[in-house]
Amino acid sequence: MSQHLLALPIVLPMAAALVLLLLSNRTSERHQRQLSVAFTALLLLINLALLSRASGGELAFYALGNWQAPYGIILMLDRLSALMLTITAVLAVGCVIFACAGDDQRGAYFHGVFQLQLMGLNGAFLTGDIFNLFVFFEILLLASYALLMHGGGKARVGAGLHYVILNLAGSALFLISLGILYGATGTLNMADMARRVADMPNDQAALVTAGGLLLIVVFSLKAALLPLYFWLPRTYAAAPAPVAALFAIMTKVGLYAILRVQTLIFADSPAEEPIDAWLWWSGLATLVLGAVGVLAARDLRILIAYLVLISVGTLLAGTALQSPAANTALLYYLPHTTLICGALFLVAELIGQQRAKAGTRLVRARRLYQRFLLGGLFLVGAVAVAGLPPLAGALGKLMLMQAVEDSARLWLWPLLLLAGLCALIALSRAGSVLFWASYKGEVAAGRVSGAQLAGVLWLLASAPLLVIFGGPMSEYTQATARQLAQPQVVIAELLGDAPTARATRFQAIQGDAP
Amino acid sequence: MEALFSLVVGVLTACGIYLLLRGRTFPVIIGLSLLSYAVNLFLFSSGGLRTNSAPVIGASISPTDPLPHALVLTAIVIGFAMTAFVVILAVRARSELGSDHVDGQQGEEGDTR
Repeated sequence: MSQHLLALPIVLPMAAALVLLLLSNRTSERHQRQLSVAFTALLLLINLALLSRASGGELAFYALGNWQAPYGIILMLDRLSALMLTITAVLAVGCVIFACAGDDQRGAYFHGVFQLQLMGLNGAFLTGDIFNLFVFFEILLLASYALLMHGGGKARVGAGLHYVILNLAGSALFLISLGILYGATGTLNMADMARRVADMPNDQAALVTAGGLLLIVVFSLKAALLPLYFWLPRTYAAAPAPVAALFAIMTKVGLYAILRVQTLIFADSPAEEPIDAWLWWSGLATLVLGAVGVLAARDLRILIAYLVLISVGTLLAGTALQSPAANTALLYYLPHTTLICGALFLVAELIGQQRAKAGTRLVRARRLYQRFLLGGLFLVGAVAVAGLPPLAGALGKLMLMQAVEDSARLWLWPLLLLAGLCALIALSRAGSVLFWASYKGEVAAGRVSGAQLAGVLWLLASAPLLVIFGGPMSEYTQATARQLAQPQVVIAELLGDAPTARATRFQAIQGDAP
Repeated sequence: MEALFSLVVGVLTACGIYLLLRGRTFPVIIGLSLLSYAVNLFLFSSGGLRTNSAPVIGASISPTDPLPHALVLTAIVIGFAMTAFVVILAVRARSELGSDHVDGQQGEEGDTR
């Protein structure tokens, strides 16, 4: 049983999605909600079990259909994927609880599609096969299209059209890069590909570099790096609140894929240098544009979407440094920024509910009904996301700044601190408009329901918890960074001394032929 | 054969990208389909182009690489589903936004982009 645990994060949401889709017209919404929360909580437990298994440093592999590597599709669990799985499940629990307050009834099949989205996310984090990564990307994208459209409306359809078309073009690029890499290396297993890239003859090296860079372009589109980020603010602002909160992990899927490909396949290959250079400068530029964006935003949701961009810029500039210290820092910063950005989208929805027509626009409006509660939640979220002490954002940024060396410091330190300052200014301006600049007298109606509050608190609790458990957490991320720095261990454990060259494979097949 | 094949893939890609950059949803969708045809052909060629060789052991003297065939099949299925989705979405956008422009706004008078 325990060896099949590795496939459960994919199988369970798939089964849950089927059950919820089939039941959606037959049972009451109450039952559906209970089932959906129960399935998501179960997924969290499974992912925590996987996290505890991975934290020992052991690598786990699962050959689907028992087709062995490098020919079959392999699921691979290391510390990085276990961490990403856990973040996804924690975020999903908060989102699904929040959605149970009523957002799920605005359209059809919310819970089923939500589980499909989780399946795609978990699969993308677990797979060790690069074409399989493409398939899981498509699953999570298709589910995200449906979730984005949930509830309908002009803004959602308009933003959705851009998002879908851009991602379809991205998928075409993904396939082209996979074709190039398969043509050059003759394998799709990431570990096997890494081994073949390492002893690639020089005339093929240019082909691998081209394929690798194309792959990074595709992942940058998902991660919303500078020239490819234009879809993000409108999409995130238009999505229903629980979906926008879940989308906070979507940019991190791109980041995960970049980190995985960069540390496993292209470490020490000719593609490494151009990839790092591109990531570094576009990461910094994204940081600057995110900072300008938060100052220019006239709507709370757009502001939060630009905060997501700031975190993307910070994280990707960190990956470009390619040092274990930088990876430690950014893996510590990643859960914090994901969960807090998710929580802020939920808080924005609550604020919008109580301001009647004004919604989340940053204009003078009626006074909020529960201004102390919402103000408190907003304050905690703002302090956390701007990276002020005593919450975890400050620690993460500090670790990242310490990890940077020499001339890179001159660039990252001022930009990172400036972006933090811009976020602080924008958030305090937004807060004072939302909570203080209100008309006297009339008070808008609408109370925060218990489920909504529980969802927000669940996500916001991560900010203090990540500080309180900062010691074990940073030890874990440090161990993760060490593991990422040794791709040869993965290759040796998975493949042993299987034959490498493509020619031998074909001779073997022909030898078996009658 | 290689020259003809690469020419076809190149022309399909160029047409696809040109149409993808148009302003209305219909040419954009056609562009996406052309692009996905080009990509599927390209993916097919990644195992090497050979004549008179089946991807089945024993069916011909030298079998060709079967994996790109499987990849292309997967890509076709996914591309098909996505095209169906984007067509429905475009129809919905036409009715909700009142225009088939990808930005949801009609261009200037006489604008035929």
